[in-house]
Amino acid sequence: MPRFLSAKPDARLIPLPWNTPLEHWPLEHLVALPRGISRHVVRFIKVGEEIYAAKEVVEHSAIAEYRLLHDLKRLQTPAVEPVGVVTGRVAEDGQALDPVLITRHLQFSLPYRSLFSVGVRPDTVTRLLDAMVVLLAKLHLVGFLWGDVSLSNTLFRRDAGEFAAYLVDAETGELHETLSDGQREHDLEIARVNLFGEFSDLEAGGMLDTALDPATLVETIETRYQELWSELTEPEEFDDSQLSRIEGRVRRLNALGFDVAELDITTDIDGTTIRIQPKVVDAGHHSRRLLRLTGLDTEENQARRLLNDLDTYSARTGQQNMDEAVVAHQWLTHSFEPVIEAVPESLRSKLEPAQVFHEVLEYRWYRSEEAGREIPLVEAAHMYVNDVLHNLPDEAVSSENLELIPDQGHRRLQNPYDPGQGFADEQEMPIDDPWEADAEAPPQTLGFADIAALRAKAGKKF
Amino acid sequence: MATVSFRDATRVYPGADTPAVDRLNLDINDGEFMVLVGPSGCGKSTTLRMLAGLEEVTSGSVWIGEQDVTELPPKDRDLAMVFQNYALYPHMTVGENMGFALKMQNVPKEEREHRVMEAAKLLGLEEFLDRWPKALSGGQRQRVAMGRAIVRQPQVFLMDEPLSNLDAKLRVSTRTQIAALQTRLEVTTLYVTHDQVEAMTLGDRVAVMREGVLQQVDSPLALWDTPKNVFVASFIGTPPMNLMPGTPVDGGIRIGKHVLAMPRETVERITDDEVTVGIRPDNLVITDSPEDAEFHVEKVELPGSDAYLYGTIDGAGPEVCARVQTRRPPQAGERVRLGVAEDRIHLFSTRTGDRIS
Repeated sequence: MPRFLSAKPDARLIPLPWNTPLEHWPLEHLVALPRGISRHVVRFIKVGEEIYAAKEVVEHSAIAEYRLLHDLKRLQTPAVEPVGVVTGRVAEDGQALDPVLITRHLQFSLPYRSLFSVGVRPDTVTRLLDAMVVLLAKLHLVGFLWGDVSLSNTLFRRDAGEFAAYLVDAETGELHETLSDGQREHDLEIARVNLFGEFSDLEAGGMLDTALDPATLVETIETRYQELWSELTEPEEFDDSQLSRIEGRVRRLNALGFDVAELDITTDIDGTTIRIQPKVVDAGHHSRRLLRLTGLDTEENQARRLLNDLDTYSARTGQQNMDEAVVAHQWLTHSFEPVIEAVPESLRSKLEPAQVFHEVLEYRWYRSEEAGREIPLVEAAHMYVNDVLHNLPDEAVSSENLELIPDQGHRRLQNPYDPGQGFADEQEMPIDDPWEADAEAPPQTLGFADIAALRAKAGKKF
Repeated sequence: MATVSFRDATRVYPGADTPAVDRLNLDINDGEFMVLVGPSGCGKSTTLRMLAGLEEVTSGSVWIGEQDVTELPPKDRDLAMVFQNYALYPHMTVGENMGFALKMQNVPKEEREHRVMEAAKLLGLEEFLDRWPKALSGGQRQRVAMGRAIVRQPQVFLMDEPLSNLDAKLRVSTRTQIAALQTRLEVTTLYVTHDQVEAMTLGDRVAVMREGVLQQVDSPLALWDTPKNVFVASFIGTPPMNLMPGTPVDGGIRIGKHVLAMPRETVERITDDEVTVGIRPDNLVITDSPEDAEFHVEKVELPGSDAYLYGTIDGAGPEVCARVQTRRPPQAGERVRLGVAEDRIHLFSTRTGDRIS
């Protein structure tokens, strides 16, 4: 009998055919969403309105990853939400099946292969890499050693004009008090190799813009990571006439989306040289502020954009000296909500509300420039819905708007549920492999050391 | 290829009272397959990570060949973590999947192809090089993962519990493949596992660790035949060595009512009043001799051609296991005589746990 380990169980998962290997599940339970490559069998399963990702993996790994994802959630790092682990699976023929780790599908998320399948601009790739670097730095700040940094193990969400990256696979991860330089460097090296492999694969599959070079792309990861890490953690020294640099450092970190929780400030004996070093920095500076003021839970750059609009609203209405929370409430009811309400119900799964608001602001600016007058916000919202939103693909996933994506470019995937299977037009005959025949031989020594064999190997008689 | 040396290498985690690895001195020979084994928390993974540069060395040093690498960044150490990257890219051939990291390092095409072919020959993958990876079995995929490390031609291979995340079938086939590769490759390898059977099967030598301290480093047979202390004796072997309290007496060691005959010079070397007697289940045999100990059989297991008898000597004392080859194994409740060859008896100091003979 299958057993469920779950903190927040979804009872609708229980009757699913857990005693069937995932790769043989009836299609009625599955959805073919774009995703990265995995060494395990991974399927997206549909239960009512919910989509879950299910991964077949050995028990200790499944449970360790489930707990690690919980820890990451507790530490407020961007990662998928663990839902449960199903153990005790036994196939019809009596064979034990590996447990299944279930995570909740991240709404409005975009796996890199779906972004590339429709062609992607070089600057989009750069923004994806930037998001990945920010994710890696966030994980390293909380002491998380990923161990398998890759695009396949990451999901992206739109974040105003940028992307926000989420960790999807924590199987090889470890949570430490802090990471050593060697551990961070190790993760970076893995990132370089894996991303080079993934970009080379896209290139081989005809999905990478010819202007993009995998080697140059992975080089940027290292430089950008080092720049960000240095800004987040490195000490800075200056003389006592430059005290404003303390404020400047804090502002720069805020601009990068980080709050400084602890700043270590020391002076030399005569007090002329000052040394500052951020000790604790927390990601989410803007999103936390927006959440506090308005209750809106958004990505970091979306929050930055909305807060800028809130500041503009405040200035425009002459309320700079009013209580910020009061103005924020007005902005929410007079600006944000009317824009979101301008989106018909049928188009609400195209983009997240905060992303819609950001895009309306962008759209309004361009249209106002063209028109030579400032177009009112709600009017711009209606124009945006008709001109742009209508034509966008749905990025939310629900049972109503499931858009199966079985094809990549002009070629059909061998298995729409598993991109790791390659294209359907690549058929090959099997090859005899003596190593496989050896591996099939019944193991004589799995549980016991074969001492007689060791003696024979050592050339001894016994 | 190179030697590897840990010299008084110590790792103390911040805030920890005791070192995770305590003054480790270990020399790995050029081309040797060294396995680090021990229970969870013994310091084996920390040791591997000190060599890889992932863990800082609190004191002491780590050497690769003639170079002190203690402070060297990981990427400058010329090591390869085998099985670190499993993902097979569907639009690249098996050969491209094996050699792509060389392309990133700007290794010329001809050299890349040569190295990939050499690795493929070692791994029996020559015929697969131009194929797409989708048709590969789990075992073949593991070999491609090994190939990725081989083509890099590092000085040292590192493998950290490589079988632990595989299902049972793949674990067996991958272990077989690593063993096959080990004899051909001759590259210095440090392999970490908690599984003593894996360690004994794969290692040229095996280093047993416990609570951060190296207990013994020896060939698998030497660990089996002459464990240096009670911990190694009980850790190596399934079922584990039988350990019984004994008292030195004239002519041997008394265990319960029975006196185990031992050479006089051995008994004379014992300075304490009590010793720990160790006998492997494999070394106990059923005899007809009334001189041998009476064994009260309480449970019998027949997992294969051998019978595992569990019971007690003279119906008292700790549980003893005997692995016997017999067509008609005794039943639970029966009494049989068990004998052991004199040179198969291990004696340990009860006070220190160290081997006496």
